[in-house]
Amino acid sequence: MKVEAKMLLALGTFFGIMCAVYWNWSLENAGGVMMFAGMLLCFLPGLYYYWWSRRMPTRPEDNPQATREEGAGVVGAFPGTSIWPFVLGMGAFTIVLSLVFGIWLLVPGLGLAAWAFLGGTSEGRRGGQH
Amino acid sequence: MTDVLHPVHVGDAAHDDHAEHHGPTGILKWLTSTDHKVIGLSYTVTAVVMLVIGGLFAEIIRGQLASANGTLVSFAQYNELFTMHGSVMIYLFAGPFAFGALANIIVPIQIGAPDMAFPRLNALSYWLYLTGSITMLSGFFTAGGAANFGWVGYAPLSNSLNAPGAGADLWIGGLLLTGFSAIFTGVNLTATIFYLRAPGMTMFRMPIFTWNLLVTAILILLAFPVLTAGLIMLYADRHFGTHIFTVAGGGVPVLWQHIFWFWGHPEVYILALPFFGMVTEIIAVFSRKPVFGYKGMIFATLSIAALSLGVWAHHMFTTGVVLLPFFSIMSLLIAVPTGIKMFNWIGTMWRGQIWFSTAMLMAVGFVFTFLVGGITGIYLASPPLDFFTHDTYFVVAHFHSVVMALVLAGMAGLYYWGPKITGYLLNETLGKIQFWFLFIGTQVFTFPMYILGLQGMPRRMAVYPNDPQWVHLNQIASLGAVLIGVSTLLFVVNLIYSWKKYPAGDNPWDAHTLEWFTTSPPPHHNFYRLPQIRSERPTWDHNHPEHRALHHGEHETTHA
Repeated sequence: MKVEAKMLLALGTFFGIMCAVYWNWSLENAGGVMMFAGMLLCFLPGLYYYWWSRRMPTRPEDNPQATREEGAGVVGAFPGTSIWPFVLGMGAFTIVLSLVFGIWLLVPGLGLAAWAFLGGTSEGRRGGQH
Repeated sequence: MTDVLHPVHVGDAAHDDHAEHHGPTGILKWLTSTDHKVIGLSYTVTAVVMLVIGGLFAEIIRGQLASANGTLVSFAQYNELFTMHGSVMIYLFAGPFAFGALANIIVPIQIGAPDMAFPRLNALSYWLYLTGSITMLSGFFTAGGAANFGWVGYAPLSNSLNAPGAGADLWIGGLLLTGFSAIFTGVNLTATIFYLRAPGMTMFRMPIFTWNLLVTAILILLAFPVLTAGLIMLYADRHFGTHIFTVAGGGVPVLWQHIFWFWGHPEVYILALPFFGMVTEIIAVFSRKPVFGYKGMIFATLSIAALSLGVWAHHMFTTGVVLLPFFSIMSLLIAVPTGIKMFNWIGTMWRGQIWFSTAMLMAVGFVFTFLVGGITGIYLASPPLDFFTHDTYFVVAHFHSVVMALVLAGMAGLYYWGPKITGYLLNETLGKIQFWFLFIGTQVFTFPMYILGLQGMPRRMAVYPNDPQWVHLNQIASLGAVLIGVSTLLFVVNLIYSWKKYPAGDNPWDAHTLEWFTTSPPPHHNFYRLPQIRSERPTWDHNHPEHRALHHGEHETTHA
């Protein structure tokens, strides 16, 4: 976890320096703001990972000498199949089409999205198909 | 939801469940699968279809330009064609093919993961990509035609006065959908690489392809939200009466260029870095050597990503309102890490036992073509030269050298990883013929455009002065485009000809990384067993125990 954190913090630091140089030199605000936000976007997860990396034991994937057995156990819960991403995708499609062809398309679009949120969430709760 | 166990023991009975995964088949499988390999294959097929569509647009454009006063299409149609050619190739082919298609299939297997970290989000990414593509292309079927303001959508060309009609709105809508698709893929790749690696797969043992995809994912997260925000502002200008990009209401048109290129230049590296990764893997495997300068390669990738956020306005030198020295210096600096990569590719091949398979030929073709594109990029980073060549065919030739290099790399990736995905090899002879058509076609296509650009031919024009030399050069470029078209056709022929003909086996290339340790195609959760990971070449270490893993900088002769 330390390498991940340091990578993000290094990128954030570089963006910070670049932002300071650019903003002071050019006095142009759009780029300055966007670079500043880029720095924050690296520091936010970077600091979180750094904070955790000092509080957790070394994971098997961070230990160069780890054996296969150290990774034994459950990796995570993965869905076998799920229809809800497709339903949500169609909902998003319909919502975007409402921007072009008429606001009434928002009704079926948001309906599909809401249906997909409910379906997907309850699938995650009760455990879906294999 | 099913709990997935880590594959620990060889032939463990507990894992036979995974192999016999009884999911739906046919169209229902396509609609409901959350398996990264199925989604990745959907991405691959869709992206190749987009390549063919964008390529057809290109052939029509080159047909129009084969004579000085071409009459193949009208001016209005020409505007739509060059806009949609650029949009399809950048937004719908190159990006999704880079970080959606092969990355989706290969990255989880390369780090020993059973799937992507968020499989359902991964499926949603694909549906947003597919519907976004349909949205953007459907502009052709509206009364006003498709978007016609160039793939960069500059204000004020893209406002409601200059580009009325549904085509432009469909272009914005399609980009919103594919933008979110990219952002979700970025989140997914980052989480997968941070949290789902196999024991012993430390960050500095990950294959270069995975490393490059991690950096790409971070760049996606930095860049794409900016584009999405810009598109919403553009839509508001068009329909809600805001004046963000219009001078009349106190807005600033050049702000669109700042926002667009703040996404647009990192996007260049979002496209390129995954292909750099593919080429690195392929050159190492077919040179029978480890990657030369493994850590240097990673730091070069990170440096490119870091610098890429500070170079956007080199697309805007001629606007007269940007800080020329800053952007010139930053753009020139990117040549340093890119040069490191170039030398590392050559260093990997140096004194290797090179096997010129189709994949390797394509990869070497990439190195040459990318060098041409990269060097001309250094010219354009210099403001005096850019003032002279801006919006001429020199720029067109420069970025076509770069993206055609990426097409060569993508083809290398398909020949290299295709057998892992399908279980069958492609025909090598047809592949090599395809390579020579693609490689020679690319050079024949781009070199006349460099000359035309230096002589001042502007881009995005349907007709040009009837100068014999210009006509001649344009005809050579059109011939190159035909050769490239033939090469794409040969690829389709090869796919049909080789269909289930040459079984690949688990590891046809005697390759290095974990995806070649599992079966072809891999089982439902990728692995029945894993090797002990002790270097960045775990499969090679397992298959060649006589060449034990060496630490970085250690040589075989120093340890008897």
